[in-house]
Amino acid sequence: MSVRDDIAARIPGGDAGLIVLILASAYLLYILAGIGLGYDLRGQLNSIATLTFYIGIFAMLSLALNLHWGYTGLFNIGIVGFMAVGVYVMALVSKPVFVAGGAAQVGGLGLPLWVGIIAGMLAAAILGLVVALPALRLRADYLAIVTIAMSEIVRFSFLSGNLQEFNLFGTKVGFGGGSGLILDFVPPLEALFRSVGLWGVYLGFVEAFQAIVPRNPKPVVDGLIYGALLLGFVAVYFWLLKRTGESPFGRVLKAIREDEDVANALGKNTDGFKIKSFMLGCALMGLAGILWLMPQGAVTPNFFRPRVTFFVWIALIIGGAGSNTGSVLGGAVFAAVLYQGPRYFQNLVGTVFPNLDSPSGFGQAISPLISQFDPVPLLLYTVDSIRQLQLVVMGLVLIWLMHNRPEGLLGHRKETASVISLDRPKSMTAADGGTDGEVRTDGGVTEDDSTAAVEGGASDE
Amino acid sequence: MGIAETYSRGREFAIERPFALVLGVIAAVLLGDLLLGLATGQTQFADIGTLVWDGLMRGLVIGLAGIGLSMTYSILNFANFAHGDYITAGAFSGWATTYLIAGLGRADIGALLLVGAGGSVYGGTIGIGMLSTPLAVVAGIVVAGAFAIALSLGVDRFIFKPVRNEDGITLLITSIGVAFALRYLMQFVFGSDVRGTTAQPPSIGLYLIDGTVFIDAHDITLLVIASGLMIGVHLLLQRTKLGKAMRAMADNQDLALITGIPTERVVRSTWIIGGGLTGIAGYMFILWKGTLGFNDGWLLLLLIFAAVILGGIGSIYGAITGGLVIGLTASMAVLWIPSAFARAAAFVVMIVILLVKPSGLFSGRSTA
Amino acid sequence: MSDAANPPVDDVANEGNDDALGAFASGVETTEQFPLQVEGLRKSFGGITAVDGASFEVEAGTLTGLIGPNGAGKSTTFNLITGMLKPDSGTVTFNGEDITGLEPHEIANRGMVRTFQIARELSDMTVLENMMLAPKQQRGEKLWRSVAPVVRDDVREQEEELLERVWEVLDFFDIDHIAHEYAGNLSGGQRKLLEMARALLTDPDMLLLDEPFAGVNPTLEKKLLTHIHELREQGYTFLLVEHDMDLIMNNCEHVIVLHQGKVLTEGTPDDIRSNEDVIEAYLGGNV
Repeated sequence: MSVRDDIAARIPGGDAGLIVLILASAYLLYILAGIGLGYDLRGQLNSIATLTFYIGIFAMLSLALNLHWGYTGLFNIGIVGFMAVGVYVMALVSKPVFVAGGAAQVGGLGLPLWVGIIAGMLAAAILGLVVALPALRLRADYLAIVTIAMSEIVRFSFLSGNLQEFNLFGTKVGFGGGSGLILDFVPPLEALFRSVGLWGVYLGFVEAFQAIVPRNPKPVVDGLIYGALLLGFVAVYFWLLKRTGESPFGRVLKAIREDEDVANALGKNTDGFKIKSFMLGCALMGLAGILWLMPQGAVTPNFFRPRVTFFVWIALIIGGAGSNTGSVLGGAVFAAVLYQGPRYFQNLVGTVFPNLDSPSGFGQAISPLISQFDPVPLLLYTVDSIRQLQLVVMGLVLIWLMHNRPEGLLGHRKETASVISLDRPKSMTAADGGTDGEVRTDGGVTEDDSTAAVEGGASDE
Repeated sequence: MGIAETYSRGREFAIERPFALVLGVIAAVLLGDLLLGLATGQTQFADIGTLVWDGLMRGLVIGLAGIGLSMTYSILNFANFAHGDYITAGAFSGWATTYLIAGLGRADIGALLLVGAGGSVYGGTIGIGMLSTPLAVVAGIVVAGAFAIALSLGVDRFIFKPVRNEDGITLLITSIGVAFALRYLMQFVFGSDVRGTTAQPPSIGLYLIDGTVFIDAHDITLLVIASGLMIGVHLLLQRTKLGKAMRAMADNQDLALITGIPTERVVRSTWIIGGGLTGIAGYMFILWKGTLGFNDGWLLLLLIFAAVILGGIGSIYGAITGGLVIGLTASMAVLWIPSAFARAAAFVVMIVILLVKPSGLFSGRSTA
Repeated sequence: MSDAANPPVDDVANEGNDDALGAFASGVETTEQFPLQVEGLRKSFGGITAVDGASFEVEAGTLTGLIGPNGAGKSTTFNLITGMLKPDSGTVTFNGEDITGLEPHEIANRGMVRTFQIARELSDMTVLENMMLAPKQQRGEKLWRSVAPVVRDDVREQEEELLERVWEVLDFFDIDHIAHEYAGNLSGGQRKLLEMARALLTDPDMLLLDEPFAGVNPTLEKKLLTHIHELREQGYTFLLVEHDMDLIMNNCEHVIVLHQGKVLTEGTPDDIRSNEDVIEAYLGGNV
């Protein structure tokens, strides 16, 4: 056991304490950086909202992936494909019906947002089924190749002109092709509050918020509330998956991950369990994709590149596959440090040195270093290209984790797969026969308690 | 053989291999559709000829790059997702060399070394081509191979070797990390734009029934180099002691350890041969298609996986055959489906093979 | 699944017994005299025929041994019976039902459960989790039942019943002291015990044990044998693949000898011991 395994034990509150501590430090860091840069309150609130947004998204995705990989041992590297299908189907169902001359090239079915969200999740689950049926019996690496191929097929399909627009139930709908799709439905928060009749209350709250942010407070409040909503979804995912894991169902999943043949020989229909687990995870990935893109106003197929899948994997591996707490933690650390961190850093540099003229290419950046030992252009180019370098860093982090900490930050942490504590029930006393409480080291048997007086006994060859 | 026997055999086949039967029906329908198209004049023989030729070329690239992937897959027992970026790295190193030699004195050295990043210099302007600048191309091929070898050996030494005793999935995840680090490092250095690399090569038109199929100098170069290398690898594996050791290790690593084949040496040779072929495949791919971007290798990788699985992991002949099948599928699929789904068709072929014959066409894990 | 031989687990757990065995032995209700019948089983891999028309029967309530020299097809036969492999031809009948070609889990659910030659414990699960996995027809194996509020209370109730049974079996096998240990940390012998205990919890009629004594020290071997004999007296049927001739001869009522994929002969240990063919097969048949 390494030192870090004990971190959670030393913090009051255990895992929950650790999560709170890590979240609090992340927020504190962002706020301090903001103060140092003279951000006004609006800027601070925006940066907190964005951070919360990504923490929520990656925690959700990481939890869903944990169901696949951590619990069931299904090596899914096509996550982004399920997200894409979720978002696009949701858009198809919930975008308003096409009107000629409107801003949108194509329309949708005009159904309420919640119908679209459910449809999107179902579509992701069904895609999961389609992938699972041929691939689940295959080796883990084959499933990996099939899932990533699927996610690229999904992206190419949405890019293709053939699905750009078509007719469904007599109305002009479509996926917009490479130029993307405008998500011109009612903004999600408005839809949510209207559906519970609190839209007026919410607007009143926004009004009151003017006391804190005088000019146009709505985007700020929207961002904060949406972030909080996402954290609510994280809690629901956590609850759902914890219950899934800590149950006879989760026990079978765990057994499948360990040794599928054994589970099968014990009478468990392993294919059925794998398909259910896979479809549930896919639906949750679809929902996470929907929640990510729903407030963005538009969606393009190239958002769904395999790198998003890679992000989720890093998040899960940081936290430690197999543990729900670890998944949330991994999602939060990934979002705060690896995903938002560099971008925030870039903004900071941009704020501190507002009029920097960074070179447009690596050539212009490196030549001053070679000819005049002037590293500034290269540094500027580095900061300017931080979104690419960020991926390099993530790759290196992944390699480092696999070398040094493949079990994640929390260490080897397995949650017991049962509804109840498995301690000996109080109603039972330890059996008298044979057991005298002494711990045996090998073979489970000491010489003297062998009551085995079987005819012939054992032979010694 | 009596009719009854034939019938009962057929019935047995249908019951035992339902997938195969369905596939047969689908193949028949597709062929029928094609013949109908030809008969009605909707499809031209020359079009088909062009697509077949295109698929053949693509297949050679996939097959050549697939040999390396297949070898490391079977000998080191993991799916190397960084392989696609080895292809790109080989291509960039080789093309930087070609640009430098062909454009020296005519453009800024930095721009040439960065393969014309940001539109600073164009391959077409320098007039790069097999016939116009043969020395530059040959040097590029050599450097591409050498660089990919160095890269794969370096990555293996510092990244894969420390975790080589873990299971295949650990290595697979590690290789994904390598892939992303490499790919975006290349984007950082060479930029994200897709540049044209060659001048239009001279071509000859072959008359085919109702039209012409054009074959250009770079097609021929690819054909010659790819088949030459494939034959070379075949001879190496069949005729040399090293080749025998590699085949033994592909079959059973433990056995190879016991029988005293120096496995570390075999592993190194695997990376050298695989890396070299991969780098050259990357260079030839760019020479053939005439454009270069940092995503090229990655996009090709999934087709290469399809080819390797199709052919049977560990078999170099499988990789070559698989490459040709996948290349032809990706090219010819447009006869039946919209071109945006051609790539998808190649994946579907792979999935179907996984269903029908998961061990691949040349089944068994032997590098032979 | 629906036959009376497999009452739902919760009924089983409720029977008060002062004998620990009774708690899980009541499921055996085999009506057939020969619960397992194998007829003309054949399987080849590539050009090699591993099992070549093997036919035999196993009598209810017996400890039947399946022996044969290396490569006789014992393990393949086991895999064919339990559905891990599909036979090229031939039938397997269990409790009067043709189970040829069924999936392993379908066969297990009909009351025939196997153990593996190399104990396959689920190493990242505790002994308790391993044991809790085994019982059949657990309500909580339905995803929605495990998750939905209210309904989950039913699951909890069943889990509590199962847990008592699990502890009884742990006590019976004398592995209660390692109950919270990860199965991966157990010794080889403990794994064998765990595996048999786990198989018993599925409430089978018949157990197929694939070399249960391989790599087990003599003391534990005795102990395992005691358990097997006790269970046989309770009415369980055993089919045992074993390498060790003496062990089979001393413990089984009936012995089947496989040779080159066929049944060479069968009979009581005494018959086998004096059979010339068997001696021949063991001495010269090792090709």
